[in-house]
Amino acid sequence: MFRHPQTTPKGVETDDAIRVQLSVNGEPLDLDLPPWTSLLDLLRHRLALTGTKKGCDHGQCGACTVLVDGRRINSCLKLAVSLDGAEVTTIEGMAGEGGALHPLQDAFVRHDGFQCGYCTPGQICSAQGLLNEGHAQSREEIKELMSGNICRCGAYPNILDAIEDVLNDRVSEPRMPE
Amino acid sequence: MTNLTRAGFGTPLSRVDGPAKVTGQAQYAAEFQPEDMLHAHVHTARIAKGKITRIDVSRALAVEGVVDVLTHENRPKVAWFDLKYKDMTAPLRGSPFKALYDENVIFSGQPIALVVAETPEIARYASTLLDVDYKWAEFQTDLAQVLDQAFVPRIPRAGYHKPKSRGDGEQAFSDAPVQVSNRYHLSPEHHNPLEMFASTVIWEGDGHVTISDKTQGVKNSHWYICNAMGWDRDKVRILSPFVGGAFGSGLRPQYQLYLAALAAKKLERSVQVVMTRQEMFGHGYRPECYQTVSLGADREGHLKGIVNSAVTATSSIENYMETVVNWGSMVYRCPDAKLDYKIAKVDTATPCDMRAPGGATGMNLFEVAMDELAYACDIDPLELRLRNYTDREAMKDKPYTSKALHDCYERGAAKFGWDRRSHAPRSMRDGHELIGWGMATGIWEAMMAPTSARARLSADGTLEVATATADMGPGTYTMMTQIAADTTGLPVEKITAKLGDSDLPFSPVQGGSMTAASAGTAVQKACDALLEELLEAARRIEDGPLAGVDLDEVGFGDGRIYLIDDTKIGMRFEEILAAAEMDSLEATELAKPGIINMMRKARNTHSAVFVEVRVDEDVGMARVTRVVNAVAAGRIINPKTARSQILGGVVFGIGMALEEETLADHRIGRWMNHNLAEYHVPVNADVPDIDVLFVEEQDDEVNPIGVKGVGEIGVVGTAAAIANALFHATGKRVRELPITIDKLL
Repeated sequence: MFRHPQTTPKGVETDDAIRVQLSVNGEPLDLDLPPWTSLLDLLRHRLALTGTKKGCDHGQCGACTVLVDGRRINSCLKLAVSLDGAEVTTIEGMAGEGGALHPLQDAFVRHDGFQCGYCTPGQICSAQGLLNEGHAQSREEIKELMSGNICRCGAYPNILDAIEDVLNDRVSEPRMPE
Repeated sequence: MTNLTRAGFGTPLSRVDGPAKVTGQAQYAAEFQPEDMLHAHVHTARIAKGKITRIDVSRALAVEGVVDVLTHENRPKVAWFDLKYKDMTAPLRGSPFKALYDENVIFSGQPIALVVAETPEIARYASTLLDVDYKWAEFQTDLAQVLDQAFVPRIPRAGYHKPKSRGDGEQAFSDAPVQVSNRYHLSPEHHNPLEMFASTVIWEGDGHVTISDKTQGVKNSHWYICNAMGWDRDKVRILSPFVGGAFGSGLRPQYQLYLAALAAKKLERSVQVVMTRQEMFGHGYRPECYQTVSLGADREGHLKGIVNSAVTATSSIENYMETVVNWGSMVYRCPDAKLDYKIAKVDTATPCDMRAPGGATGMNLFEVAMDELAYACDIDPLELRLRNYTDREAMKDKPYTSKALHDCYERGAAKFGWDRRSHAPRSMRDGHELIGWGMATGIWEAMMAPTSARARLSADGTLEVATATADMGPGTYTMMTQIAADTTGLPVEKITAKLGDSDLPFSPVQGGSMTAASAGTAVQKACDALLEELLEAARRIEDGPLAGVDLDEVGFGDGRIYLIDDTKIGMRFEEILAAAEMDSLEATELAKPGIINMMRKARNTHSAVFVEVRVDEDVGMARVTRVVNAVAAGRIINPKTARSQILGGVVFGIGMALEEETLADHRIGRWMNHNLAEYHVPVNADVPDIDVLFVEEQDDEVNPIGVKGVGEIGVVGTAAAIANALFHATGKRVRELPITIDKLL
């Protein structure tokens, strides 16, 4: 409801605009952007891709994590004009054909890896980045390497269960209270 | 449809809104983006108290793309009477904060101007160009300096439970052979939900206004903003379908709602205001507390006298109060107790409820004192609690609707392996790590508040249940769906839950762990009423299979009403509507607690928390490595989401015990660590695996559906258990939370 992409907001026909070409979730885009536009603000304000969240705008919370060429970054700390030629994947680009949930998305739902859901897109993109890196093998390593993504609701143990499932290519039963 | 999901009480249903949240489709307040929307950025006061003597906005206005700069000098006319700014959860006494109202500054970080521009970047940049002169006034932000000015407000806050002393606590304490008496301190904490406060005022152009707001209560925001702006209630609608955490900070309307409305009113355009993380430290917070606990006991550890007094901070403008000193006195048998609670004014924003307000503060600090008593008596800390156990609520000497705390102690201790604990401090270690095992008791309220819900059956056999509550993370959509499924027998796939819309039937704010009991009961009642109406319609269908049958002859299930004696005979819900020529059928019901019954018996959740910490002996670094939290909270609707609530509470407790504190520079009266790099909250690496145990209580009295709520109990006791484990590990008793590394070295 009420989502309108505003690629060129009114009143800001800036002469300083810089042309960049980048692909977002597989879609190639030619954009004229003011140089101060962060990747996060580009996604949220101009492309109406609001799945990527703003939690601090200072690279301290991880809510804005997206994948750039397969690597996880805080999109609030990246100027969009520095990404010419890059491939950006956001949470909206994670699901498969016909909207089928990505294994991480499915695992987060099964293991209740979130509560309010606000950090979730960042957690999932970060988890995919972590899987791409290939460094984390154990639960302790995942824990350490996922510590750039704050979950204020405290779903951490469930987030680990979800990521472990995907890392080990399995579908485990969610933990239950006794 | 195949593979339909059946759910009822006790089913670990995955969140029904889960797919929306994991795909980025869940829409939070700042994600309502109407066409031609303006973005506004807040400019905050640099002084703690005084007056704005000059505010020059010309440089900001000169920036291309800036539309307006609102200040107290040019704001539109708004209500002047304090009562118009009282939201449903405001303290009864005092004058609620009014942004941009006049030249007065009453706390550092107060919003004093709003820059409105075509893009958020321009608004933010232009807000740095304001030129403001101030005249400082004398101020005080340090609670320690105003303890002697603490007072008992004549008119308490709604929901506040006045402490009740019994016997002569002071005399009993001084007569007791074993005495511990110490002062404890809790630092201020800020909620820091991950979503920043945001409001989008959508100017519809025909006198109607739709507002997306980050709030725990759309009805509260609606009430407040209509009063403050003088807007017609029927023309204003508040939406808040998803809330990115709040933990109490969204109970009161925060200033971004007021500012966005103010700008929209002046400019007659859609306006969005999103706070920055820094600004999130300029509103309500968990107040700092000094608490003195004196415990007198006999040599076997039986409590003889309790003297418990506390002072918490409030602002200069409102009397914010919490129930702080009651809890320990409610839990433990003790003939004499003297309780005393006061507040003192500091020049900050008014504090506000934060997850288990009062309980998290008062009970956690009290439970550290209990651990001190255990060591003074040389008794195991769990054994001490058992020796002072009572089935009654000891402060008011009332029976409980249910209290399975004893089972929590037993099952929690067994799961943790408490009997393998060696009692002496510093007696357990693993290499260079000192190991500490600590425990504590938790208690919280099991409230219910009047709530209306609507159930609507459509011609296609789908059901919608709706009430104007919120879902800031506990899983309210799922809970409502599950109760509707339980009541009607419909599969989950045929049910939709709606909330977070002020046009829906009344619900109070989401808080106090009361939503499941309140909205849950209302949904159940509405579904029951709907089924009765449906049966009535079926009975009136001439020649129908259910013509003239009575309620006790039929069953409901699988979307059908059927005869109990011959289940093959019956009608599908949609068949009934079709035969009765109805497009839909609807029932709205109000659920409210029985007031007399509520006064007769106490209603609380309880818990026993067991914690292991490991402390690096050389550098003092402490880690929580194991937590068992055994909770008695009535019936559990959904074990999966209920467990998550306890996890979240425990993580809050870890933050309270080890990390979270908002630090002020009292020389300038300003919070200094107002960002997530310096205000530390637990991250994944700080949190161990947490075992959650629910000790089921069958409780028909607490409320019609027998649930007590699990949103807050997880934090109460946890911080104390960690503090006690740290003493056990190190032999060092720290009486200030959080216990940061400097205090352990």
